[in-house]
Amino acid sequence: MTFAIEVAIGGLLVGIMYSLVALGFALIYKSSGIFNFAQGDMTLFSALALVGALTFLPLWLAILAVLVTMIGLAIAIEVLVLRPLVARPPLTLFMATIGLGFLLEGIGQAIWGTDPKGLDIGISDIPFKVRGLMISQLDLLGAVLSGGLFLGLVWFFQKSRTGRALRAVSDDHEAALSVGIPLGKAWVITWAISGVVALVAGVMWGTRLGVQFSLSLIALKALPVLILGGIDSIPGAIIAGLVVGASENLAEVFLGPYVGGGIQTFFPYLLALLVLWFKPYGMFGREIIERV
Amino acid sequence: MIYRECGVFKATYQEDMAIFPIPLDRWGVMVILSMAFFVIPFLASDYWLSSILIPFLVYSLAALGLNFLTGYAGQLSIGHAAFMAVGAYTSLILYGRYEVPLFLSLLGGGLVAAAVGAVFGIPSLRIKGFYLAVSTLAAQFIIEWGLTHWKWVSGGVFGTVDTPPMKIFGWPIDTPAKKYYLVLCFVVGLTLFGKNLVRGQVGRAWMAIRDMDVAAEIIGISLFRNKLLAFAVSSFYAGVAGGLITFTYYGAANIEAFNLMLSFHLLGMIIIGGMGSVLGSFFGGGFITLLPIFINQFARSLGAALRSDLLACIELIIFGGLIIFFLIVEPYGLARLWQTLKDKLRLWPFPY
Repeated sequence: MTFAIEVAIGGLLVGIMYSLVALGFALIYKSSGIFNFAQGDMTLFSALALVGALTFLPLWLAILAVLVTMIGLAIAIEVLVLRPLVARPPLTLFMATIGLGFLLEGIGQAIWGTDPKGLDIGISDIPFKVRGLMISQLDLLGAVLSGGLFLGLVWFFQKSRTGRALRAVSDDHEAALSVGIPLGKAWVITWAISGVVALVAGVMWGTRLGVQFSLSLIALKALPVLILGGIDSIPGAIIAGLVVGASENLAEVFLGPYVGGGIQTFFPYLLALLVLWFKPYGMFGREIIERV
Repeated sequence: MIYRECGVFKATYQEDMAIFPIPLDRWGVMVILSMAFFVIPFLASDYWLSSILIPFLVYSLAALGLNFLTGYAGQLSIGHAAFMAVGAYTSLILYGRYEVPLFLSLLGGGLVAAAVGAVFGIPSLRIKGFYLAVSTLAAQFIIEWGLTHWKWVSGGVFGTVDTPPMKIFGWPIDTPAKKYYLVLCFVVGLTLFGKNLVRGQVGRAWMAIRDMDVAAEIIGISLFRNKLLAFAVSSFYAGVAGGLITFTYYGAANIEAFNLMLSFHLLGMIIIGGMGSVLGSFFGGGFITLLPIFINQFARSLGAALRSDLLACIELIIFGGLIIFFLIVEPYGLARLWQTLKDKLRLWPFPY
């Protein structure tokens, strides 16, 4: 039983890290109605940039530099990609973000190289024992950061003036324009925030897995988390991350041996499908009522 | 003046329901088909046939299948390469192990893929939009896992099965030209079938579902039947395409050939080519298949000294950039560009 709890807690902590990536998706969807498939590549890009900056800057300055880079990137994306595509069907925007993903992946690797790199931010990933349970310092940091991001973002979207404007934009681009919300500015803010979230995710995952191409694939682990929680829900991303992390770890350890292992790759999707069958908009997603 | 729609008098029901009512279209299709059958195989080199034309045709076929599902029936699928994998392995096993004739094993691969596709289509009855899109990723991961872990299928973790030499009635299909004909026959036949499917009752039901499924249900279209049918037909095309590409291009079924990247490429094909357009699937298939080849050639001719990993990055950059560029310039796909061209040619060279 202790073993099961240990597995579950390990899973919960990994789940928090999934949440970090899912949060980026949810943010952009919530505030601009765009399903941003490039989130994984943004994570990779920010991690690559950080590794690149660390070669000649101290840690805090490097993080600052990458933050500025991500904000610059958000502005570039708004001007070059989103502005020409205002009021296009969501599917077109979705495809554009896939293209953007290729672009970022290519640019990042062209500048900083394709070889796997280590990322050392001075926090060890070696687990220590707390009352007999193995917990890693990095996981704890991840949990604290996600918690902080979560509280900050919820406050931002519910209470702040800008946050409300962003929610209006996600409802209807044209309606938001007509009540005087500057669409371009709203998008820059959204993408900058999600760039920051990508940076946090990139730092955490980069420290754990090393910085290389495969880092962009963690987006695929975040997607079931996203739909399980509801595409436009920030609390959903966090809670679903915990659920997915714990359950996939438990499934891998206790069910995996019977079917040949490796079920971690698709178990979250099965779980999400199962839940979506009963709640088609995820656990916390906004339900869209269709009328004819 | 060039593209004339006048002077078409439909006097019988047959003429009214003709697949190409305008004579110019009819002639155009005839010319293209006869070029494809009688001219290209003799002019094109083996390299062109086997590494450019065959992938172009096969991926266009797969894109056509995805277009039924996404462009016509409105169900976004980003796990479509997995159905190609199912078709590939099934046709190989049918042909290689059970010695079913080649044509039948390719169709069999399609049918099994259709069955699998219909199963993965079940969530579409409850889930919509991007939720459904992510759910279809489940197909990709589950099928990949299944094919590599089910020893009977692939015989091991690597999941590679070599193709046996192809024969039809004892006649070997070994040269690129013969393979090209095999692919072409399938593509032409299935495209004709598909074109008729989408302009008939089934296609109209799909389009009604795409536009608004609640409304479609109210006017008496069975969502259950038509959505699952869309998944099945679409996966059938994917399955046949998967079988074809394995037999004629890769020479071995390998799960890596049908990864998520291919699914994205297929989606890119129909969005760039044109959603809900049979012709668009071919435009998109051509664009996405040929683009990396040309970028590669171009980059190679520019700087032979470039490192190969940098070259791969440049390919990614150009590919991603062009996708965005095309979406901005022509958001409704290349098929719409074709439509615009036809509208222009209606009057050209006269001002009115």
